[in-house]
Amino acid sequence: MSEPVAQSGGGVIDAPDAPVLDVDPGIKTALSPKIAPWEERHTSYDVEAFEVPRGREEQWRFTPLRRLRGLHDGSASATGRVEVAVRTGFGDSADDLTGSGTRHEVVGRDDARLGDGGIPADRVAAQAWSAFPSAHVVSVNEARSDDAPLTVTITGPGEGQVAFAHLQLRLEHHAEAVVVLDHRGSGTVAANTELVVADGAKLEVVEVHDWADDAVYVGAQHLSVGRDATIRHTSVTLGGDLVRLSPVINYRAPGGDVELDGLYFADGGQHFEQRLLADHSVANCRSRVMYKGALQGEEGGTAAHTVWIGDVLIRKAAEGTDTYELNRNLLLTDNARADSVPNLEIETGEIVGAGHASATGRFDDEQLFYLMARGIPEAAARRLVVRGFFGEVIQKIRVPALRDRLEAAIEAELEAIGS
Amino acid sequence: MSTLEIRDLHVEVETESGPKEILRGVDLTVSSNETHAIMGPNGSGKSTLAYSIAGHPKYTVTKGQVLLDGEDVLEMAVDERARAGLFLAMQYPVEVPGVSMSNFLRSAATATRGEAPKVRHWVKEVKGAMSDLEIDPAFAERSVNEGFSGGEKKRHEVLQMALLKPKIAILDETDSGLDVDALRVVSKGVNDYKADSDVGILLITHYTRILRYIAPDKVHVFVNGRVAESGGPELAEELEENGYVRFTGAAADKEEQPA
Ligand SMILES: Nc1ncnc2c1ncn2[C@@H]1O[C@H](COP(=O)(O)OP(=O)(O)OP(=O)(O)O)[C@@H](O)[C@H]1O
Ligand SMILES: [Mg+2]
Repeated sequence: MSEPVAQSGGGVIDAPDAPVLDVDPGIKTALSPKIAPWEERHTSYDVEAFEVPRGREEQWRFTPLRRLRGLHDGSASATGRVEVAVRTGFGDSADDLTGSGTRHEVVGRDDARLGDGGIPADRVAAQAWSAFPSAHVVSVNEARSDDAPLTVTITGPGEGQVAFAHLQLRLEHHAEAVVVLDHRGSGTVAANTELVVADGAKLEVVEVHDWADDAVYVGAQHLSVGRDATIRHTSVTLGGDLVRLSPVINYRAPGGDVELDGLYFADGGQHFEQRLLADHSVANCRSRVMYKGALQGEEGGTAAHTVWIGDVLIRKAAEGTDTYELNRNLLLTDNARADSVPNLEIETGEIVGAGHASATGRFDDEQLFYLMARGIPEAAARRLVVRGFFGEVIQKIRVPALRDRLEAAIEAELEAIGS
Repeated sequence: MSTLEIRDLHVEVETESGPKEILRGVDLTVSSNETHAIMGPNGSGKSTLAYSIAGHPKYTVTKGQVLLDGEDVLEMAVDERARAGLFLAMQYPVEVPGVSMSNFLRSAATATRGEAPKVRHWVKEVKGAMSDLEIDPAFAERSVNEGFSGGEKKRHEVLQMALLKPKIAILDETDSGLDVDALRVVSKGVNDYKADSDVGILLITHYTRILRYIAPDKVHVFVNGRVAESGGPELAEELEENGYVRFTGAAADKEEQPA
């Protein structure tokens, strides 16, 4: 985008008076004013350990609480369940679960493995933990080939219903797997998802949120990264009335390597929020974040709204940390608002590198003109640019049928505004 | 046989202090197999003319006509103009991140030709055209113009012309920013396409240097938003020697006359 309305990172802030973006840039050192959310961050499995959010809190200030249908204040109680199915393969070729080292169990809350990923850090996640009826544990104790991805389909409880859910995906020592977490359906859901990756294991996971228009989903993702473990996590949000995702990276030992990629496409009225925390608490770990969002609100309708908060904390012990995070947003229409707030707090100078960038721009008319001046019709030109924008994220997904589905979904989104 | 006719073209741009007229009655006709050079001082409106013909939304035509073989170009959308056979090699080509050159060229060729070119034939065609312009094949996988040097961008503009095969091509300072070798290569690219086709060319330039490679049939002096004088190649030589003083003076005189 050569026409940024707001940008931060690399010391550049362009057009700071632009109305559509709140950039809160800056590298905060121990000396700078304390606004860092993790200072107040506390964790608990118990919902009562958290105060009911009022909307002013740093954690909740972007979220329209009245649209949470009571998930945050205790007034929502379970009326249904999410359905969880685990299969081998993806899409039309998916079949029964295969692999002698792969299991799907439904367990009670007394199962000792639960909590290995991390602990809830907000009231809705704690509510989900306090209220889930049973947990699903998918464990992999083998090196699965790329050709046999696992698909975990998570289906909402249905329109007007409320469910609390818990899923743990576990890779044991040196296990490898490609996994798709395919979220769909209707209803109101609060959930915790644990991704527990043991020493030397390698997880590639794509989390797709393709909810129906009525759905509200508030989820916390707890990533636990073992010694020399690798996680490639791609988070895709395409559908739902409100989707709020809070992935936290917990490094357990040195050598962890995590890439968080994201793609979201919000239409008018949708609220998609991503709150990331890379908590570098041990030495010699790596994190890379690349989230890209497109927004299109219809003229006269409710705005499309996305929020991206990227918190990176490098604690004193985390020498040798290597981190970079990036968020870019593309405003396809006027009636759209993208908030993008990267935060980097560094408590040690003995690091490999730390940086962040955030940019939000309108669809670039010069690009459109250039492509059209070569004979390419407007709709095709827009598709080229948007596909190009998301290309970096989609290309990294190792499940071809999923790539096709996402590309088709993006084209369908673009057609919806009749460009 | 094609003809581009520009008749009494008036164009304005929106500025903070209201609309500002840039083109003040341009008359110019370019036909197949002709090469017209346009020379004129900075800010005289040459690029405005080029962009207005291509249909850039920034420019508003307030009066006059642009016809391609009698068809009203001004009624056409930007992409329709290109498909009708007009091509603009831009002074400042635009970067399009994330869209590979090869994907872009194929999309453009599909649009202008009305059908997707056959894959095997197309790959050969692109490779050939790139090697004629001494462009490294690695550029095919790079994003359109992104991070290209000034000269690399210009080569790719000529590459696009060679592949899209327009009836009328407007080259806006395609020679600016080229080193001596690149100028030779790019000129050869233009001449090769001229030899292979009946293209009519409108060549906007500041330098007579390129006119030694690409021989113009006509030279137009462009001053203050219109053609101040037209002549043969010798006019370019005169400009080289004396500059635009004679014409800027004349233009200023005209300006003072009541309309
Ligand atoms: N938005 C605008 N506001 C005010 N003036 C403008 C605007 N856009 C263009 N102009 C003016 O229009 C005039 C013509 O510009 P144009 O780019 O067509 O000139 P040119 O002849 O191509 O110059 P050069 O040789 O430098 O490329 C210039 O004086 C330019 O400043
Ligand atoms: Mg110019």
